[in-house]
This record gives sequence, structure tokens and C-alpha cells, in this order.
Amino acid sequence: MKISELDRKHKFFVPYFPLGYPNLETSIDVIEALAKNGADILEIGMSFSDPLADGPVIQHATQIALSNGITIEKTLQAVATLRGRGVTIPLVLMGYHNPLLAFGLKRFVERIRAIDIAGLIIPDLPLEEAEDLLAVLGDIPLILMVAPTTPKERIAELAHNAGGFIYLVSITGITGSGSSFALNLPDLIAEIRQHSDLPICIGFGIDSAQKAAQTADLADGVIVGTHVIKAIGESDNPVGVATALAREFSSALRR
Amino acid sequence: MKTILPSKFGPYGGQFVPETLIPALMELEKAFVDSEADPVFQAEFNGLLASFVGRPTPITFAERLSNQLGGARIYLKREDLCHTGAHKINNALGQALLAKRMGKHRVVAETGAGQHGVASATVSALLGLECVVYMGEVDIARQHPNVSRMELLGATVVPVTSGTRTLKDSINEAIRDWVTNVGTTHYLLGSALGPHPYPTIVRRYQSVIGTEARQQFTQMTGKKPEKLVACVGGGSNSIGIFSGFLDDPDVEIFGVEAGGLGIESGKHAARFGDPSKGRIGVIHGTKTYVLQNEDGQIEDTHSVSAGLDYAAIGPEHAMLRDSERVHYTNITDEEALQAFSTLCRLEGILPALESSHAVAYAMKLAPKMGKDETILVNLSGRGDKDLDTILSIQAGQQ
Repeated sequence: MKISELDRKHKFFVPYFPLGYPNLETSIDVIEALAKNGADILEIGMSFSDPLADGPVIQHATQIALSNGITIEKTLQAVATLRGRGVTIPLVLMGYHNPLLAFGLKRFVERIRAIDIAGLIIPDLPLEEAEDLLAVLGDIPLILMVAPTTPKERIAELAHNAGGFIYLVSITGITGSGSSFALNLPDLIAEIRQHSDLPICIGFGIDSAQKAAQTADLADGVIVGTHVIKAIGESDNPVGVATALAREFSSALRR
Repeated sequence: MKTILPSKFGPYGGQFVPETLIPALMELEKAFVDSEADPVFQAEFNGLLASFVGRPTPITFAERLSNQLGGARIYLKREDLCHTGAHKINNALGQALLAKRMGKHRVVAETGAGQHGVASATVSALLGLECVVYMGEVDIARQHPNVSRMELLGATVVPVTSGTRTLKDSINEAIRDWVTNVGTTHYLLGSALGPHPYPTIVRRYQSVIGTEARQQFTQMTGKKPEKLVACVGGGSNSIGIFSGFLDDPDVEIFGVEAGGLGIESGKHAARFGDPSKGRIGVIHGTKTYVLQNEDGQIEDTHSVSAGLDYAAIGPEHAMLRDSERVHYTNITDEEALQAFSTLCRLEGILPALESSHAVAYAMKLAPKMGKDETILVNLSGRGDKDLDTILSIQAGQQ
């Protein structure tokens, strides 16, 4: 399913979860539970040894995933498993550039096309460096980020080149930061709207259903990563927690 | 957005960073370009290089070492005589002045051996900047005197506990701080790597080594050196001295990587020396040769010298390697330690373990060369910081 086929009458709940944490089997079960209990889009993390845009919680989770032997190959196979279990919502892959280069960009794109991946998020691949990937990506969207520091003229450029949804970074910082949102968030959204009809999803630092609902009011959806990992990492019933969390967030966003 | 200066060295380099940082890199590039054309800035930089850093640093003829080897005459460019004991301060000073020019009163820096951290803390004290240094827990343990020096200079040293807890992770942590505080903070990157414009800026501020060395060497000997040797971690001391000689095709240039326990052991930091692990990739904002496993995860590295213990190499070196303008080779821990002892005993100079790699390679080259030929070695730093490491290795051998 494509992101553009989603019903935009309600706000999107977009949880992030890395495959391989706390182990591969559990992560597949958790993602399935999130997908079947209210997630509109799922952002699936591909782990990297040096995740420089991520805070300590995601660093820790992805390190555990790596020590459990997660690879791009296993990630792609796990996504195929999820498709086999009837997960049909748009799945987006999030990961850093180097493992994709090592896998081979062309080969990677062929593989993700086969499992109906709805978009890619690569935090260390800004638009200026994305030429090689865009050349092989075809109609699979490259989801671009807009940050509180992004100047106006650059927002126009990013908005014209973005696909899937626009990932609006809520703070000047890394994932999981507790600080309050950038003051210029409404201005950024207004600026993006002038140049693009794509959904705008806001991420970084959303740590409760209430904050998710308030944030989503500004845009089209919210991305929740660190909070999901924390809740599941602290639980001995990960699938139960994922189910409850997805229901709580999606109902808060559908009021 | 277009950069003002070329952002790549052939296919290498670029700006592989999170979106939040792109405007900061643009701002930095503009400030750098403006400062290059500003005589007031240049006068301040050059003035402090002379009065504070102690430049120009001399070239010393290593007479007893040359005689013992019985071949080429070996000369040393004495960056160990810079204030704070290494070439790192040339770049730290330039970037701290740039930070002030941009109105940023806080700098963050990464450090491995502690030399760049000490240099950053020093120029921050000089210019009244707040300074935060990220340093891996493992490096803090093996370079403790430098931690105390930074703290005495007023810097905050933050232990890095993520990943391998070494230089690579301290760069990640410094970048995370920079992303978070980008409005007030300049990232004072210590080597010729990272996203554009850093490799270009660092080379510019270290090029003083090459400019001085070319002039001094010709004055001393009446000719250019036949061979030029420098060690290459990230690659800032080497690109600094190389830059003075790249346009001299008759000067043969060698970059020396850390061979650690030997290439076949897998425990080294030889990005070019080990094709099974050193492949083109992207790390810390730049495309270059990176030691990685087949899944593209960055490999742990090993070197007796913390300053060479890094998985990637500056992008300009990758280009110079492809064009074969520079030959890259490697030296093991053991060879570097032998060169350290030899230079101490024969010349009365304690070289840094990093620089000892360059000395060791010159010692291999010299006997095969004629007595009328010369080798210039960049002695990038002094070895006082390494005494604990060396003494504990010697104790272990006895």
C-alpha cells in the first residue's frame, strides 16, 4: 500500500521500531501488533553502528539489534515475513547510508520493491547527496526531513523533491530529546504547505498520547520512536504493550 | 543548495549529514570564504600562530639517525615544538577564530589521544570561548594526563560511553551535541574529515606546515626533498605538509597508516592497507575509505597510537591515493615503538607514537637511498602524552 492511498480524514500514527530488538522474533511480533492495532504507517529501523542522529534510547536498541546479528538481508526477510502475516499498511524503512551502500543501492531497491516498501528515510542523506539513490529508486518515495533550522528557500526545494510524506523534525536535536518543540513549527508547516500537498508528519520527542494528539493537530500525523522502544524494552510482555500502545495513540489521534 | 567551494575531492567528500546541520555547514563555509579574503582576520590568525603557537617551527637535521642508517639524510619538521605539543593547535586556532567571527561562543570538540581536545581547550581559554570536549571512556583511561590538562584549561570533558567508547564514538557524540545546540555552538572538528567544508578548512589551517617546510627545506639544503613522509590518521598533519609539495612532481610522497598488530591480524587502522575491510563508504558526513564489515557496519580499529586509531581517512587522501600522487603504506605498533626509542636515544627527541609511524617508515626508506638524497618527515607531535603507554608496554615485555 502506498502512503498516498491512505485516508487523510484522521491523523496518522507512525511508530518507529528497529528490527532485531530485543531480538528478531519479538521485533517482528511487535511490529505486527503495532500494524494491526492502529498504526497507519510503520517506520522500520535498520540498525547502524554509528547512528549520529539518534539519542541514547535508539542507540541502545539498535546496538542490541546488531549484537543479535541483524543485517539488511535479515531485515528484508523479516519484512517479507510481516507481509506474509497480513501486514498491509505502508511500511517505510529508516536507516543510515553506509549499510545501504555496502548492500548495493540497486540491489537494495530491487529487493524493497518486491516487498512493497512505501518509502525510505535516510537521515544522513540530504537531498544534495541523494542523486545516486534517486537514479535507481524509481517511484519509491524518498522521504525528506525539514528541520527548525531549514531556511525558507530550502523548504521550497525540499518540498518539491520530497515523496511519501514530509518528515518535520520538531526540535533542533536528536531523537528522544525531551525538550519542547521549536517555536517556529507553525511557520515551517505553513511554508511547506505552500509548496506541497504531501502529508506532514512531525517527529522527535513525542512521548505521550496526549502530546501526540496536540502535535498532530498542527499537521497530518506524528512519528513516535523512542517512547515505543522504552515502553517495550521495559516490559516482559512486548506484544501486549505494543497492542495497547498502538490502540491508545491511534484513538487519541482519531478523536 | 549549492556550496560556494567544491564539496568533493573527485568522488569523495560531500555533506552526508542530518538536515538540521545543512544550514550550519553553509554558514560555516560562507564565514570561512569571507575570512580568507579578510586581511584583519588573516593578520590575527598569522599573528597568533607566531606569538602564541610559536611558529615557524624549525626543521632539524637528524644527523646521528641518518649516519646510523647509512643512506639518505633525514630531516624532521618539528610540529612537536608547537604550543601544546602537536600540529593540532594550528587548526584549533583557526577554527576558534572562525567561531568568534560567526558569533558562536561555545565550541564542542572530539578527541582521541587528547591532543585536539587540549588544543581546543587552549584556544578556547585564549579567546574566551566555552569548550566541551567529548572523549571515549577507553581513551580517557589511556590518556589521563590530557584529561587533567583540558580541565585545568577550563574545558568540560564529557566521557562517551556509547559504541566502542573511542574516537569514532566521541565524533558521534560531538555531532549530536552540535545538532542540538547548533544556534550557539561551533563544532571544532580536529582532522581533515567530516562533511564539507571541514576537510578544506582543516587543510587550509594546517597548510602552514607545508608552506613553511618547503621554504625552510630549500633554504637549508638548496633543493627539495626526494621523499616526504607523514603519518595518516584522519589525515590533518599529513595533508598540511603534503599541500606544500603536491605540485612538485619530483617529491615522492608517503602517507603512513597504523598497521597495528599487522594487516593479517585484522587489528589495525589501515583503511588503504587492508582491501578486505577498507572500502568506500560514508561515515561522519563524508564519503571515503572506511574499515567496515560486509554489512556496512563500521569496524573496530586498533593502534598503539590513539591518534591513528580511526576507521576512516580524510576524503582528499582517498583522491590522492586513487591518482597515485601519494603512496600509502603502513607501520606496525612494534615498528613504531622501535622508531620511538631510536629517535629518543639518537636525537634527543621524544616523538608522539603517531609521528613514530612516520619516523619508522623513513628509517625503512633511508638505507635504500643515496647519501646525497634527503627525506623530510613531519614530526607531528611530541611523545610526553604517550609515556604511560610506552612504559607499561616496556614493563610487560620485561
